[in-house]
Amino acid sequence: MLKILKYSFFDLMRSRWSYVYFIFYLALGFVLLFLNNDLNKAVITLMNIIIVLTPLIGTIFGVMYYYNSKEFTELLLAQPIKRNTIFMGQYVGIALSLTLSLVLGLGIPFVLYGLFRSTAIFDFSLLLVVGSFLNFIFVALSYNIALSTDNKIKGFGYAILMWLFLAVIYDGIFLISLLLFNDYPLDKFSLIATMLNPIDLSRILILLKLDISALLGYTGAVFRSFFGTSLGMVVSLLLLSLWVILPVFRMNRKLRKKDF
Amino acid sequence: MIEFKNIHKKFGKLVVLDGLNLSIKKGGIFAILGPNGSGKTTLIKSLLGMVIPNKGDILFQDKSVLKKWDYRNQLNYLPQIANFPPNLSVIELIKMVKNLRPKESNEQDLITLFGLEPFLQKKLGTLSGGTKQKVNLVLTFMFDSELIILDEPTTGLDPIALIHLKELIKKEKEKGKTILITTHIMSFVDEMADEIVFLLDGKIYFKGSIDALKKQTNNDNLEHAIANLISKQYA
Amino acid sequence: MKYLVLIFVLFSFEIQASTITVCKSCKIKTIKEAVSLSKDGDSILIKKGIYKEQSIIIINKSIHLIGENNPIIDGEFKETIIKVTANNFSIEGLTLINVGQSYTKDFAAILVSRSKHFVLKNNTLKNVFFGFLIEKSHYGTILNNKVSSHAENEANSGNGIHMWHCSHMKVENNKVSGLRDGIYFEFVKNSTISNNISENNIRYGLHFMFSNNNTYFKNEFKHNGAGVAVMFSKYIIMRENVFHYNWGMASYGLLLKEIYDAQIENNTFEQNTIGINVENCSRIDYTKNKFIRNGWALKFSGGCYKNIFKQNDFLYNAFDLSYNSQLNSNRFENNYWSDYTGYDLNKDGIGDVPYRPVKLFSYIVNRTPEALVLLRSLFVEIINFSEKVAPVFTPDNLIDKKPLMKKVHD
Repeated sequence: MLKILKYSFFDLMRSRWSYVYFIFYLALGFVLLFLNNDLNKAVITLMNIIIVLTPLIGTIFGVMYYYNSKEFTELLLAQPIKRNTIFMGQYVGIALSLTLSLVLGLGIPFVLYGLFRSTAIFDFSLLLVVGSFLNFIFVALSYNIALSTDNKIKGFGYAILMWLFLAVIYDGIFLISLLLFNDYPLDKFSLIATMLNPIDLSRILILLKLDISALLGYTGAVFRSFFGTSLGMVVSLLLLSLWVILPVFRMNRKLRKKDF
Repeated sequence: MIEFKNIHKKFGKLVVLDGLNLSIKKGGIFAILGPNGSGKTTLIKSLLGMVIPNKGDILFQDKSVLKKWDYRNQLNYLPQIANFPPNLSVIELIKMVKNLRPKESNEQDLITLFGLEPFLQKKLGTLSGGTKQKVNLVLTFMFDSELIILDEPTTGLDPIALIHLKELIKKEKEKGKTILITTHIMSFVDEMADEIVFLLDGKIYFKGSIDALKKQTNNDNLEHAIANLISKQYA
Repeated sequence: MKYLVLIFVLFSFEIQASTITVCKSCKIKTIKEAVSLSKDGDSILIKKGIYKEQSIIIINKSIHLIGENNPIIDGEFKETIIKVTANNFSIEGLTLINVGQSYTKDFAAILVSRSKHFVLKNNTLKNVFFGFLIEKSHYGTILNNKVSSHAENEANSGNGIHMWHCSHMKVENNKVSGLRDGIYFEFVKNSTISNNISENNIRYGLHFMFSNNNTYFKNEFKHNGAGVAVMFSKYIIMRENVFHYNWGMASYGLLLKEIYDAQIENNTFEQNTIGINVENCSRIDYTKNKFIRNGWALKFSGGCYKNIFKQNDFLYNAFDLSYNSQLNSNRFENNYWSDYTGYDLNKDGIGDVPYRPVKLFSYIVNRTPEALVLLRSLFVEIINFSEKVAPVFTPDNLIDKKPLMKKVHD
């Protein structure tokens, strides 16, 4: 698997889009820091971007890589290698190269700016951890979609729809149900609804670190008493891991029956 | 050497292989022919494990290949469309495939044979179709395996490369290898093949030597003989 | 001739005044003894050392207690250390520690009642229940003191500088921390509070009620449990104060409750859960204040009328404005809003498009507070944006028609 991973990784690291992505984050980091001069505020702005953009880019890269390397994958399939190995290698390769673009692209400006001397380092690290998780989650989800859809256009459509659902529509439904059931205690519901969507979960994790929980009133207290503890943190990270593991598991199941 | 036993394969509602039985002995060149959509590629892919049959079994060197993967070290496969990762260079790709197969290889002779030296450092994305096919051929022939499967090997090749390819195939045959070829170029089949396997409607319609085919159809020209086979079916 | 006599009388008075020295090796060893020996105009010089005394009572004697090299008076957690009822007295340079707690009596380091014209300066008060407890007194100055304690809960802690029924007081340059309320005023008139720092108090940094005509300027209030509470008062002026880092479930920079005719100018509200929480306040001018990174910059509840917001900077608050009732005849004009995205074609420094400080999301949050968990989600940004483009829910009259393009303060 490591061999495939290595080749997918280097293949992607050399692609134009990885550079574009890397340079985008690099530029973003520099602009935020050197125009704002405020590390904490930069972290908030970054959060807004990361929770929307990393899932989208992960989704697009995932489906794009799958369909574009289809013939090459077939060449690999004729080699004495297990199927799972090939796809796991590709999957980890993509997710890793995206994560590297993210971590380096944002890391370099922040380190240059003096991150290590700042108290924002924990918030920033959390941001990167969450961003990396989102990469792994959304590449896995999009690979699932691509594996299940032979038609490239349809596959792209479904993948974007999946992103749209988790990034926007889910929250819309969430909000509407909050408004509809206004008269009932909603803190538990909000907590669960938040945990079920990886984008919401990531957002809340970062927001709570930035201490927005004070704004949340009673719900905030419930959230804080859950996420604020190390147990809550562990549960959240476990949930995010589950969002990686389940799609990967399904991918392997799907592969057993799949014709190429 | 290879044995297909009662292979069924459906894609959705479309039946592609319908209880196909075929055995191929060791040694010689076998041309797998048939009209478009007759299941040639599906047949080959199920041997390679890329397509999983709904029913039936496939034996390679007397062992079932289903759900296995290491038997593939004993065969070389030339895929139909060579589309490689555009950001790798030729030499990197060759090294990578070598890396994936724990086996001796003689890529250097083949690179010289097809005149690929000037392209070794080039990115695969910048190569022409014919050059890609040459790279594809190098990747296929650089290993020494008992079985060689060629899916449309002549696509995009210039006459000189075509001559080299034919020589290569003959040489392998002399070594006692088994070679499966699918192609639509009948002159190529006429010149190279020892035996013809003709697929129609997911079944073996004809299997035998070229002479036997010509005799059966009363036709001296292979192209016409094949056309005859197909049209009989439609009639 | 009359004046000459007066000067002579004053002069002779000075001559008569003497200094009594207190120290461990002196003839007079306790402060109590010195006080009982003193007469009007005397100074009591307390030398370095630890004096374990409490209930030092000064009644109707205009004397001056002066500490030399920080003598310490240890109240041993019993009762009030110094009680004064007198005019023209002063206490300075003392360190008073360990005042006892009580649920029924307000023990203080220094209790002043029914006094006039006094000065309390350069004292350090540590581990106190109440620090300065001043009642029914006038024309006093409290200057350069430090008051600190370790308050744990509201029930068994007292206030740093506590005034009740006073007037013409000056509270300047003090530092108060770790009390229940840092500075507490009830029924105090015509006084000024300036340049104080009040921090880490478990309830309010500054708390005042029924105290009209007071001026507060250049004070700093930070990390207080609830912030600063200002209630039931008229004609207040608050200038150049800093209210910051009051983060908590029920925290705010400043709580205004039933305040009328006040001026709030050039203050900074930074990183508070709520910058200013306004309840039933009318005729207040908010001018040139800075609201930086608060949860809510302004939160209104109850009837608030005729308030004017001019030239304030609203910078990066999660919400600029929220309200739960009618906001009638309040005016927003010439403020700078960091969220403003309009343009200024004629380059007069004023945006050509009005700004709506109430976003759709803050409207929703008001109805359903739990919706806040969706803060900063893409969906919320989208509905806010669409509301901005085509307002449906947000009121028409709540608008800054002339938003500034540049910050008021740099």
